[in-house]
Amino acid sequence: MTSAPNHRASAQGNAQAHREPWLRHTSGAIGALLVAACVWVFWAADAWHERTSANAAHSDASAAPSLEHGAYLARIGNCALCHTIPGGAPFAGGRAIETPFGAVVSTNITPDPTQGIGQWSASDFWRALHHGKSRDGRRLSPAFPYTSYTRVSRADADALFAYLQTVTPSARANSASPLAWPFNTQAALAVWRALYFWPQPASLRPDGASPIVGGGGVNAPATLGLARGEYLVHGLGHCTECHGKRSLLGGLVRGNELAGAVLPGVPWYAPSLHDASQAGATSVVDTVALLQTGASGGRFVGGPMAEVVLHGTQYLTQADAQAIGLYLQAVARPTAPAAPHPLTTNADPRAAKLYEDQCADCHGKEGQGQAGAYPALAGNRAVLMAQPNNAVLSVLHGGFAPVTKGNPRPFGMPPFLLQLGDADVAAVLTHVRSAWGNQAAPVSALQVQQIRRTQAAP
Amino acid sequence: MAQRTLACTGCHGPQGKSGPDGYYPRLAGKPAGYLVNQLRNFQDGRRHYAPMQGLLATLNDAYLQEIANYFSALEVPYPPPVAQRTDPAMLARGHTLATQGDRALNIPACTQCHGTALTGVQPSTPGLLGLPRDYLNAQLGGWQIGQRRAQAPDCMARIAKGLNDADVHAVTSWLASQTVPKASGAVAQRPALSPGASAIECGSAP
Repeated sequence: MTSAPNHRASAQGNAQAHREPWLRHTSGAIGALLVAACVWVFWAADAWHERTSANAAHSDASAAPSLEHGAYLARIGNCALCHTIPGGAPFAGGRAIETPFGAVVSTNITPDPTQGIGQWSASDFWRALHHGKSRDGRRLSPAFPYTSYTRVSRADADALFAYLQTVTPSARANSASPLAWPFNTQAALAVWRALYFWPQPASLRPDGASPIVGGGGVNAPATLGLARGEYLVHGLGHCTECHGKRSLLGGLVRGNELAGAVLPGVPWYAPSLHDASQAGATSVVDTVALLQTGASGGRFVGGPMAEVVLHGTQYLTQADAQAIGLYLQAVARPTAPAAPHPLTTNADPRAAKLYEDQCADCHGKEGQGQAGAYPALAGNRAVLMAQPNNAVLSVLHGGFAPVTKGNPRPFGMPPFLLQLGDADVAAVLTHVRSAWGNQAAPVSALQVQQIRRTQAAP
Repeated sequence: MAQRTLACTGCHGPQGKSGPDGYYPRLAGKPAGYLVNQLRNFQDGRRHYAPMQGLLATLNDAYLQEIANYFSALEVPYPPPVAQRTDPAMLARGHTLATQGDRALNIPACTQCHGTALTGVQPSTPGLLGLPRDYLNAQLGGWQIGQRRAQAPDCMARIAKGLNDADVHAVTSWLASQTVPKASGAVAQRPALSPGASAIECGSAP
C-alpha cells in the first residue's frame, strides 16, 4: 500500500530526469514524505483504537472467573487446535497456520514463565484478545484471529485466562514464523490493522445483549438467543475467519464475513453461511445437530470443519448451540435456484463405470446413500456447489466424520488419490454432479490437478 | 464394523496389498496393542504417511481401540511366501540374525521379542512373517533415518541403526521367505531370555 505512490512518483521523476534533475529529487522527497505520512497515520490510528476502548477494559474484580467456564470457552473457541502440534503438549504452540503470505507459527500459551504466558496478567491477555497486541506491545499477526476475539467480553477473557493459567506448563520454545519481508514487519501489521481491524466496544456482555445486534428489545428471550448466537459466531467461535471472504491483502471484506471462502493452502472451501444452496442454515435443529454431532439428516461435516466439530463445537451447551442455530437461521438467505447447468453432452464414457466400480457399493446405484452410514450424493449440497473443491478433496482424501457423543463410531471413506488420476476424478464427479436429478457444472481434469497440487501436505 | 472400516480395507485389503506408492500391510490378526500404537503413532506424527494421518485426524482413542480390536480378531489365511532368488549364504546370515542375533553388534535375536515362531507376542509386539521383503526393508530403513518412530525408548530404532545394509537385506530376505505357521496368532508371552542375552526396553511394548 505505502510503496505504490512512491514507485509511481519515482517513475515519473525518472522520465523527466534528463531535462530537469531537480524534479527527480523533489519527487523522490515527496514520495518519501508520503510514505512516512501514511505509516504515521496508520500508526496513530492503531494507537487511537486502543486508547478509545481502554477505559472499558477494566476487569470486574467482584466476580472471580470460573475455571470451569474458562475451560468451556477454551473448548468452544478451539484454542488447542491451533496452539498444539500433533503429539505435542496441549496449548504449547508450534502449529503452522497457513496464510496467503506464508505460514504463521502458533505460540506457547501454557503458564510456563519464560516460553509461555506465565508472567502475563489478565489485562495482558485481554489486550491480546481485544487489541491484538502482545504483552510487550508488539502487534500480533491476525492469523491469531483477534479480529474476532475483539468481541469477546472482558468477563469471558478473564475466565479463559484463569483456565489457561491452570494447564500443564510446557517449556517448548516459540519459533519464528517463516514470513517473508514485508509481511513479517510491525509496520505491515500497522497498515493491515488500520485497514481491517476494528476493536469492538469493551462493554460487550457474554450473553450478547449489546448494541452489536441492531435494534433494542434485548430482554426478549429470542432476541437474547440471537444476540448470543451472533456473539459466538463473530467472537470466540471465530467462524468468520474461515467462512468470510477476504481481500487480496487478507482482510475480511465487510458485509461478506459469512459469504464463503477458499482456505489458503488446503484448499477446502468454507461454504457460505448465508446461501441455502451452500451451508446456509435450513433449521435450528439441523444446525444444532451438525455442530454437536457432526452429522445431520444423513450428511456429515468434512475437511477442516470436522476438526472444528471434533475439538470444539461438539462441546457446545444446548443453549449455545441453539443460539448459534437461531443466528445462522436469521442470516440464511434463500437463494433463487441457479439456472440448471445444461446436461453435459461430452460426458466421459468411463464415468458411469467408474462410479459403479468405486462408489456405488456405499453411495448407492442412484446416489441415494445409506441412512446413517454413507451420505446420499443425489441432491447433496456439498457435492453440487459451484466451487467443486470439497467434492474433489473428499474423493482424493476420503475421511471419517468426527467422533462425537452423538456419532461415536463414524463410517469412513477411503482416499482415492493414488487410485484415481485427475481425469478419473473429474469424470466421476462430473457424472455425480449430473446424474439422478443433480444439475451442477462439470469438473475438469485441470481443476482436479490444481486442487491436488495446491494442497499442503497434512 | 466391516462397513465402518471400508476406509481402511479399501487400501489394505483383507491380506495386505501393494499400491502405487508401496505396500499397505495386512491388518487382520495383528495384536490389538500393536495396531492401536501404530494408529496413535500416525496421529501424533511419529509415523509419517499423509493419507493415514488425514484419515485419523477426526477419530478419538476409544474408537481407534475399537478399530484395532476389530482387525486383531479377524482370522484371514496367509498367502504362501513369494519365492525369492537369494544367495543361500545371505539367507543363512538372516536366519542367524533372526533367531540368535549378533552379540558383537549388540543386535538381539528377532525371536527374543517377536516370539519363537515370530508370530508376535501379546499385547503389542507384531509378527514378522507373511510380509513382503520390500515392506520389511522399508520399515527398517524408516527406523534408521527416523522416518518411522515408536514411543520412547524406541527399541527398534536402536536395533535398526545397528544393522548395515547387507544385514538388513539378509534378515528381511529370510523373514519374507518363511511360511506362516498354522497357529499364526500372537503368543501370550515372550520366550525366556537365552543365556547371556539382555532384556530390551521398549516404550511401545513394555
